[in-house]
Amino acid sequence: MADTATIPAAGSGTPAPVAEATGISKRFGATVALRDARISIAEGESHALVGRNGAGKSTLVSILTGLQQPDTGSLRFSGAPAPAFGDIDAWRSKVACVYQHSTIIGELTVAENLFLNRQSPGAVRPIRWKQLRQRAQELLGEYGVAVDPAARARDLTVEQRQFVEIARALSFGARFIILDEPTAKLDARGIGRLFDKLRDLQQQGVAFLFISHHLQEVYDLCTTVTVYRDAAHILTAPVAQLGHRLLVEAMTGEAAPAAPGSASASPVAPAGRSELLRIEALSLPGTCEDLSLSVRSGEVVGLAGAAASGNVQVGEAVAGLHRATSGRISVGGRNVRTGSVPSALAAGVGFVPEDRHLQGLVNNRSVAENATLTVTDQLGPFGVVLPARTRAFAQHMIRDLDIKTPQATTPVSALSGGNQQKVVVARALATDPHVLVAIRPTNGVDVKSKEFLLGRIRRAADEGKAALIVSDELDDLKACDRVVVMFHGRVVAEFDRGWKDEHVVAAIEGVADTTTPTAASTASGNHQHGR
Amino acid sequence: MSATTDVTQPAPSTTAPAAADTARRRLGLGRFRELSLIPAILVLGLIGFIVSPAFLTADNLIGVAQQSTELSLLVLATALILICGRMDLSLESTIGVAPVIAVWLVLPTSGGRFNGLGLFPEWMAIPLCLLVGVAIGALNGFLILKLRLNGFIVTLGALTMLRGLQVALSEGQSIVDLPSSFTYLGKASWFGVPAAIWICAVLFAAGGSALAWLRHGRALYAIGGNAEAARTAGIRVDRIVWAVLILGSLLAAFAGILYSGHYGSISATQGSGWIFQVFAATVIGGVSLNGGKGSVFGALTGVLTLQLVVNVMTLAGVPALWNQFLNGAIIIVALIISRFASGEKQE
Repeated sequence: MADTATIPAAGSGTPAPVAEATGISKRFGATVALRDARISIAEGESHALVGRNGAGKSTLVSILTGLQQPDTGSLRFSGAPAPAFGDIDAWRSKVACVYQHSTIIGELTVAENLFLNRQSPGAVRPIRWKQLRQRAQELLGEYGVAVDPAARARDLTVEQRQFVEIARALSFGARFIILDEPTAKLDARGIGRLFDKLRDLQQQGVAFLFISHHLQEVYDLCTTVTVYRDAAHILTAPVAQLGHRLLVEAMTGEAAPAAPGSASASPVAPAGRSELLRIEALSLPGTCEDLSLSVRSGEVVGLAGAAASGNVQVGEAVAGLHRATSGRISVGGRNVRTGSVPSALAAGVGFVPEDRHLQGLVNNRSVAENATLTVTDQLGPFGVVLPARTRAFAQHMIRDLDIKTPQATTPVSALSGGNQQKVVVARALATDPHVLVAIRPTNGVDVKSKEFLLGRIRRAADEGKAALIVSDELDDLKACDRVVVMFHGRVVAEFDRGWKDEHVVAAIEGVADTTTPTAASTASGNHQHGR
Repeated sequence: MSATTDVTQPAPSTTAPAAADTARRRLGLGRFRELSLIPAILVLGLIGFIVSPAFLTADNLIGVAQQSTELSLLVLATALILICGRMDLSLESTIGVAPVIAVWLVLPTSGGRFNGLGLFPEWMAIPLCLLVGVAIGALNGFLILKLRLNGFIVTLGALTMLRGLQVALSEGQSIVDLPSSFTYLGKASWFGVPAAIWICAVLFAAGGSALAWLRHGRALYAIGGNAEAARTAGIRVDRIVWAVLILGSLLAAFAGILYSGHYGSISATQGSGWIFQVFAATVIGGVSLNGGKGSVFGALTGVLTLQLVVNVMTLAGVPALWNQFLNGAIIIVALIISRFASGEKQE
C-alpha cells in the first residue's frame, strides 16, 4: 500500500511537531523490530498508532520515551533534537508516557507515587509529608482526579491508578503524552471517563499518541492515525478519511493464498450431534461476564479476541485454572468445579496452555516424561511409573503427532519450537479427552507444524471429540467450523465457515457492527498479518 | 498448568469517595502493623514480672538490651536489604571475619599468642575492620548486580567462604589480645548504660529516619515494591541496591567490633548460625521477604521479642536446653499473629 501524505498540522502557527521521528530502525539480535519507521505528532493532536502484534509499536514507544536507543534515525521534540540517552529527567520534560504495565507501586501512597524520586527538593533534604500530600492534592485536583493522596496505591481501582499515572506523567511539564493501551484493563464506563479526561487535556493543548488494539476507540478519540505493519510504517492519514475496511486492510496487508489445511473444508458438524462442552452464564472477576458457549461433538470452535478480550481466561477457566464468580461449565453433561484442574481433567478436558515455556513444558526433562505428565496414573500400578510403559506410551505419541526427536529421552528443550508445541499437544491428547482446549496452539511454530497441529486437532474432532481453539491468529480460526468473537469480556459476533478476514478482524478489534453478515464465499481474501 | 488462581482485579470503581474511605482505613491498619509486636512485648514483660522479681530490674533489662545490640545491628542491615528486595546471608560471617582481618593486619608479627602482620598502627584496627565490611559488601554487590548471579547462592557461598577465611587466619583459635582501641566501644559505659546500646539506638534512629524522610530511603521501598517502576521514575536502582549491600556489610563489621569488645576476644564461631535468628527477627517484625514492605522499627521490636523470650524463659527456670525449641516456636507463632493482624498473605 502506498504511503498517504501526512496531513499538515491543523491550524496555523507553529510548524514544528511536538514529536517527530524519522528513519528509525532497531534490531534485537536477528529480529528487526523497526525498519525505517517514522511518525510525526502535531501540537494538540490526538494521534493513533495501530498495528497487529509484532508491528513494532512497543519498540517505537520505548524509543520515543528514551528507554531504548534506535540503531539509526533521528528524533526531534518541538524542532529540537532529543535529549541525550539516559538523561531521564530531560526526556520526561519532553514526553510523558503511561506504560502498558502499571508503574504504580502498590505499597506506597498515592502522593508518594506521584512524586516518586522527587519527594523533596534535594537528596539530603527531609521529605515533608504533609506538604507532599498537599502538592499531590493540588496536582490531582488540577486534572480532576478524585483520589485521596494518602490512600495506599494498591487499594485504588484500575481506573484510578490510570488517572494517577496520567497526572504523574503530565506533572513533569511535557505537552506530549503516549498512552500505551490505556483501555486494556478498563470497562466501558471507565473508558468513557478516561476519554472525557483526555479530551479535556487535549483542549488544554496536550498532544497524544494513542496506542490501542481497539479500532473503535481510535475513531472515537483520534484525528489522525498511523498504521504499522511488520516493523514498518504503512500509512498516516486523517481518521475521518479512512474507513474501517481500509484501516483493517492496512493493518492486515494484501491478499495471500488461503490457509493450507483449511481448504479441505469438512462439512459443518451436524446440529444433531451431542453437546460436549457447555459454558453457561460464566462470569470471571474482571475479565468476562455472563458468557455462554457450547461446542458439539465433532466440532472445532474458535474463540477469538484481542489481548484484553478475556478469551484466553475463558479457555483457561474451562481447564480449571480460574475460579468463576458465577455460571457453570459442563463437559459431556458432567459439571466441572471451576477453579479445579483435577476436576477438569477428570471430566475429560485436555488443555494446551498459552505459553508452552511457562505453563507447558518441563524444559530439561525428556520428551517422554513431558508427554506423559498427565497420564502418570496409567503407567503402572499403585502410583509407580514404569519406565517401559512410559517409553511405549511416549513412542506411540511421538508417532501419532509426528514429533521430530532423536529419541524419546531427548530433553524437550533441544527440540524446535514446533516440535515442542507438538509435545504439549500430545500431552493434552494423552488423556483421551472429550474436550480439547487449545490456547494459541500454533504460537511461534513454523508453517509445516502449524498445518499439522491444526490438522491433528481436526482429526480429534472427527473422532467425536469437541475442540475449542482460543486464538487471535486468523490461520488458527480458519481451521474452525465456527468462530465466536469476544470483545471486552462479551461475545460480540459469531461466524460460520466462509467468513471474510476483515469481518473477523473488525469484530476482534471492536469496530464491527454487531450484525456483521456471515458471507458465504470461502476465504480467499487477505489474511496475512504480523507475528 | 500451574496452580489455580483467582483472576483478581479490583472491580471497576463504584464511587471514588467510598474507595478512598477504605483506603484510609487500610492505611490506619498498615501503620498499626508496625506496632503489632508491641503487645507481645508487653505481655512478655508481664509474664517476666510475674515469674521473677529479678526481671524488672535495671540490670536485667540493660543486660537484655546489651545482648541484643550485635544481633540488632545485623537485623537493621537485613531489614534495609530485604526492603529493597534482596538478601544477604553472608552478614553472619562478616561479623567474625572483619575483626579478624583487621586485627591480623595490626597485631605485631611476634610476641603475642596470635601473630599478625603488623602492617598498620593499632589505632587503625577499627577503620580497617569497617573497610573490610565495605569490601565484602562491594564484592557481593558486584557479583549480584554486575554479573547478575543469584543473590541467595552468592551470599550463601560468601557465608561459607568468609567463615573459612576467618578459621584459616585465626587458625581456629579465639584471639584474645586485642588492641585497646578495638575493645573500647564494646566495653565502655556512657551515663551508666553500655555505649553499645547508645550507638545502636542512634543507628536505628538514623536508619528509621532515612527510610521515612529521605528520598533515597524511600527509593528502597520503590525498588523493593516494583524495580521496573522505580527505574522509570529515574531511580538508579543498581547503584542504590549496591550502596545498601555495602551499608549492610558495614553494619555487620561494626557489630563485629561491638561483639569482640563486649567479650574481650574474637571467638572463632563469632556470629555462626545467627542469620536464621536475624531473618526471623526481621520477618516477625513485619519486613516482607519479597521486599517493599516493613520498617526498621518493626524489625527492632522483632529482635527485642526474641531476646525477651529467652530472658523470661531463663528467669522462669526453663532449662536452657529448651531455648532452641521455644525460639523456633515463637517465630512461627509470631508469623501467624502478624499474618492475621495484617490480613495479608505472606508469599
